[in-house]
Amino acid sequence: MSNGRNREYNYAFLDESSKREIRRSVLKAVAIPGYQVPFGSRELPIGRGWGTGGIQLTLSLIGPEDTLKVIDQGSDESVNAVNIKKFVGICTDVETTTDTRKATIIQTRHRIPEIKLRNDQILVLQVPIPEPLRIVEPKEEVTRKMHAEKDYAPIWLQLYESIIKYGKVTIPTEYPCMVEDRYVMSPSPIPKFDNPKLHDADCLYLFGAGREKKIYAIPPHTKVVSLAFEDVPFEKESFKGKKCRICGSTDTYLDEMFDSVTGEKFYQCSDTSYCKEQCKR
Amino acid sequence: MSRNEKPVLQVKNLFVRYGEGCPECATHLEKNRCTVCGTVWAANDISLEVFPGEVLGIVGESGSGKSTLMQSLYFDIEPTSGQAYLNGYKDGEADIWQVSAAEKRDIKNNVMGMVYQNPIRGLRMNYSAASNIAEKIIAAGSRNAGQMTARAEELLQAVEILTSRMGEAPKNFSGGMQQRVQISKALANNPSILLLDEVTTGLDLSVQAKVLDLIRKIKNQYGISILLVSHDLAVIRMLADRTIVMLDGKIIESGLTDQILEDPQHAYTQQLVHSLL
Repeated sequence: MSNGRNREYNYAFLDESSKREIRRSVLKAVAIPGYQVPFGSRELPIGRGWGTGGIQLTLSLIGPEDTLKVIDQGSDESVNAVNIKKFVGICTDVETTTDTRKATIIQTRHRIPEIKLRNDQILVLQVPIPEPLRIVEPKEEVTRKMHAEKDYAPIWLQLYESIIKYGKVTIPTEYPCMVEDRYVMSPSPIPKFDNPKLHDADCLYLFGAGREKKIYAIPPHTKVVSLAFEDVPFEKESFKGKKCRICGSTDTYLDEMFDSVTGEKFYQCSDTSYCKEQCKR
Repeated sequence: MSRNEKPVLQVKNLFVRYGEGCPECATHLEKNRCTVCGTVWAANDISLEVFPGEVLGIVGESGSGKSTLMQSLYFDIEPTSGQAYLNGYKDGEADIWQVSAAEKRDIKNNVMGMVYQNPIRGLRMNYSAASNIAEKIIAAGSRNAGQMTARAEELLQAVEILTSRMGEAPKNFSGGMQQRVQISKALANNPSILLLDEVTTGLDLSVQAKVLDLIRKIKNQYGISILLVSHDLAVIRMLADRTIVMLDGKIIESGLTDQILEDPQHAYTQQLVHSLL
């Protein structure tokens, strides 16, 4: 549902040349999957680090024919998601939806929807730290060189250290992956449960980091492999024996919650739209 | 050791300067500093060879260019000019200072091992000892965690560190243990040459003796060539087959270690040996 456009703003808030510049960066990112393309991140009426990268991508791509869905950790109703939807609604006249299937652009923070996305859909992910090597190397000039030389030993070392300390890789989110056997990429802080959805997908994934001024992409049908040792394979979170208390799903990413009154622990689908759909069935 | 064999390492006419340099440098050097432009020539026409299974000692006072030489060989600093050849890399046909950054990394990981005076330079202090060793193996291309752990255990045993401590970070180890972890890391990929830069400096005497014993054991066990830098003649006497004496960035004397120690020719070497005795 459209919120009604305020015509005092330029369409989609940003000026046309800014949107063009961002789209040019998107094209470059699509041409080099997994490569972080620097771009001139614009000021927005939202603090940096609150999804400004994702919003700039959405604003520069959105048109009157689009339908927008915004989710925050899988939820359509969180404050962040609702406010972004309102903001885009004020400066465009696009329809917004909570139905994953109806959306043409889905902006998301830290989740990929459970429903398999189509080739006419774009998933825009908000990214706080786009550099997968930042955890092992603080200097940007060095990490750029490491990417250029495909020197990814330190990130592998990070995984190995985890195995030595805990007997398994314990990285829960931002699990690094190799894109087209060339660039190691951070998939944004999605749970590693969602990592396999990046591989050979029909949709276009765009990643925007406003504070860090980087855009990167995974075009459709790109090879994306989560890093893993030969003898310690990649494992996503397992919810064996657990199910959503609302819809009963057993194959989705579940949030663990506590009943504040009884102290009882229960599980619920992180993707609220998917959960509602399952309930209707 | 045989001098009839092809050298493991050959350095030809190494020059390293700290500063811009000027046309007067060649004629206006006071010690190793140009009196006109102030440029310091830390390595001034250094040439040397290390043969298979040999320990070549380099001795000299602080500022004589020993560490500059080692850091040039390990690509930590870029030489001003000169050539270096490693028998373990392209059969000694390629000048290792002229190859690409990726090839240099490959050489560091597969052909050379380096032990720094300060373990902070050679180790990741917050990572476990096993990970420090695995870092070299990963960099060489292995992606098998089990094999890496087995190799780390083997090397830690060789340097007499309990394998039960392989999960601990070197920051929790003593100075001597840190040096031993560095040595095991340097040996991770069976390098053809080991560069040891003042490995015993700063350690107390009993720990020094342990580290020196370990180096001797490694030399005998692995038959590896070693380039050993020290300002301590006692260390050189104990380990080196041949010795080079450096002063102000230049080699002033070289020969068999016994010969250098018993019959020093240069006045500086005589002074050095005299101070030892």
